[in-house]
Amino acid sequence: MEELSLHILDLAQNSIAAGADQVKLTVEEQPSNDTLTITVLDNGCGMSAAQAEQAADPFFTTRHTRSIGLGLPLFKMAAELTGGSFSLHSAKGKGTQIRGVFRLSSIDRMPLGDLNGTLLLLIQCNPSTDFIYTRICGNRNFELDTRRIRRILGEVPINRPEITVFLRKYLKEGDLELKGGVYLDESGRACSNQRQGEK
Amino acid sequence: MSLEELAQIRDKVRSKMNIREADPNNIRVLVGMATCGIAAGARPVLNTLVEEIQKRSLQNITVTQTGCIGICQYEPIVEVLEPGKEKVTYVNMTPEKAVRVVSDHLVNGNVVDAFTIGAAE
Repeated sequence: MEELSLHILDLAQNSIAAGADQVKLTVEEQPSNDTLTITVLDNGCGMSAAQAEQAADPFFTTRHTRSIGLGLPLFKMAAELTGGSFSLHSAKGKGTQIRGVFRLSSIDRMPLGDLNGTLLLLIQCNPSTDFIYTRICGNRNFELDTRRIRRILGEVPINRPEITVFLRKYLKEGDLELKGGVYLDESGRACSNQRQGEK
Repeated sequence: MSLEELAQIRDKVRSKMNIREADPNNIRVLVGMATCGIAAGARPVLNTLVEEIQKRSLQNITVTQTGCIGICQYEPIVEVLEPGKEKVTYVNMTPEKAVRVVSDHLVNGNVVDAFTIGAAE
C-alpha cells in the first residue's frame, strides 16, 4: 500500500464484510499536535475478545481460502513506523472501531493520497451501506453523510452515474473549502493532505 | 455544488429512470477489491471503468466489486460477465487498459485477448 487512503478503503471493506450498514470514516489532521488520526467505526458483526486480540496478527484470518490476512497488520505497521499508535475495540454483535494515529511530520508517514477516490468507490459499490465521512484539518472540517444524501434522493439510487458525478464535485469542493484561506499551524506550515516536500 | 443542486439532479434522473431497470441483457463488470487488489492498484482501475461508462452513457452495464479471487499475483483483476457468454478475466489491469476494455469489449464486443489471463499464463 502506498497511500493511507488505500488502507482506509481496505478497512472499510472489512466493515462491509462484517455486514455493517453504517461505516463512519474520520480523518483528522492536527498540526499543532503533529498527529494524523484515522478512525473507522462500523456497526458490523464485531469480534469476540479472542478474535480481536489476534486480528492484527498476519497469520490470523477468518476466511477459509488461505491462512493469512494482511489488511490490519499492514495498517498497524504503517502507524507504528511513524512513532504513532494503533488501537482496536470490538464488541460481538455491536461493531468495531479501528484507529491509527500517525505522526504527521514523520518521514515514514505515507501520503493520504486520493481520499475522494476511496470514498466514491465505496459509495458506488455499496449502495445499501451508509458512509459518514468527516475530514478535519486544524480548525476546519468537512462532512459527507450519505444518509442525508439518500433522504434528498428518495427512490433514486445513490450509485446512479449522475449522482456519482455530483458527489465527485461535492467532495472536490469540500477539499477546497478545507484548504481555503490555508490554515497554518504554529510553525507557519500549511496544513494540507500533501506530505511536506511534495508540494 | 450544494445539496439544493442535488435535488434538481434527482428530478432530472427521476424523469428518465425505469428504462434500464432489470434489463436481462445487463453486463456485469467485477473488480477484485480485497487487500491484494487494492495494493496492486484496483481502485483507479474501478474508478476509470465507472468514468468511461459514464462518459459514453452506456446504460446496460454495472460495475461492482468482488473479493479476493485467489490469484493475487494477477491483481488488479477485472471480470466481465455477459449473459449467454463465457466469463472473460482480465489480469494485471491498469487505468489505461481499462479504457481499452470499455471501448473494445464493452462497446464493440471484441474481447481484448492480450489482457486476458489466457495470454498472461
